[in-house]
Amino acid sequence: MADTLHLEIVSPERLLKDAEVAMVIVPGMDGDFTALPQHAPLMSTIRPGVVEIFASEGAEAERLFLKGGLAQISSAGLTILAEETIALDSVDSDDLAQKISDTREDVQDAKDDIERSAAETELAWMTALADEIAA
Amino acid sequence: MASLKDLKNRITSVKSTQKITKAMQMVAASKLRRAQEAAEAARPYAERMESVLAGLGAAVKDSPGASPLLIGTGKEDVHLVIVATSERGLCGGFNANIVKAARPHIEQLIASGKTVKILCIGKKGYALLRRDFGDFIIDLKDLSAVKRLSFSDAQPIASEVLAMFERGEFDVASLFYAKFQSVLVQVATNQQLIPAPIPEVSEGMGDELGGAIYDYEPDEAAILADLLPRNVAVQIYRGLLENAASEQGSRMTAMDNATRNAGDMIDSLSITYNRTRQANITKELIEIISGAEAL
Repeated sequence: MADTLHLEIVSPERLLKDAEVAMVIVPGMDGDFTALPQHAPLMSTIRPGVVEIFASEGAEAERLFLKGGLAQISSAGLTILAEETIALDSVDSDDLAQKISDTREDVQDAKDDIERSAAETELAWMTALADEIAA
Repeated sequence: MASLKDLKNRITSVKSTQKITKAMQMVAASKLRRAQEAAEAARPYAERMESVLAGLGAAVKDSPGASPLLIGTGKEDVHLVIVATSERGLCGGFNANIVKAARPHIEQLIASGKTVKILCIGKKGYALLRRDFGDFIIDLKDLSAVKRLSFSDAQPIASEVLAMFERGEFDVASLFYAKFQSVLVQVATNQQLIPAPIPEVSEGMGDELGGAIYDYEPDEAAILADLLPRNVAVQIYRGLLENAASEQGSRMTAMDNATRNAGDMIDSLSITYNRTRQANITKELIEIISGAEAL
């Protein structure tokens, strides 16, 4: 029995992470779930939030913010397809606050539902990121 | 007969042109390497996306309420043709080839009474298409400021296309770009974006996806609805990456040819130059000798 989980985080630009880890906490659309080795096959969309990666049991978690994506657990391991990951400590909170207020205005000013929903999606990940930083 | 000075000037000018083409070739070669690396790095994501789509798409396709991105709007009246070309010239037949592939497609659509909208990525293709299809071109995306193509360059184009689709401004979208095969061969390709073609489930993928019974969160349709818009962005991004590699490959070949041509030209000009010089000397000698004999 394998006691590590093979984790791959792939972005359209490159393979971001390819490692054997002990445990990963994934922010699924229907709630967080923890992926351990030998997890049953699962496919879930990811809401904007933080993935916590534990390289070994009891180790400090590596935290990566995802704007969204798809997680797939198969016998081969956990694959996360994500457009963009952001390291939490690299975020400038003032800059982010500015962007959030800009996007709020975009939501207000949107000409139709399609523009509004696009702006709201943007807003959703930004506020999720801001919450994570504040926490 | 050109004078010696004229010949000399021509040789110098061809030599400096050769230096330029040689430099461009080397720049293209190093850019090509980077573009190829980028295209390679994008492959894992696209492959996984494809295998997930293949598995899910087949399951969801026949169910009612499937996303229009997958099954289409039910009509085929308005076509959006996205033509991706380069921002710069001097790359051989690169742009012409893409436009040559797109042109009959557009003409055929117009002939069969469809409405065509053209979205140009890259101003070279725009310049070529403007003359014949100027009225159909709805927009030109200028990527000349982009040094290194990243996903965030493709994303805004994709969201714009998706917004147009949601507003019902077109039914079918296809993307024209040049697929990179080798430095010498780039194939102009027409790829349908919307409705998304479901990739065939191949042997290897079947094992990975079909072998296990997955739990779906929230459910298949919702995952697919989330995935399909992303797939559009990824496909455009891939097309642009392929295009970037093709452009550099094409430019490298074109500049290599130009450098060699310049070399040939310098050789033949040098021969003419030397012959003329000798002829001049002989002529002067004859003049002196016949002058001396006349005395």
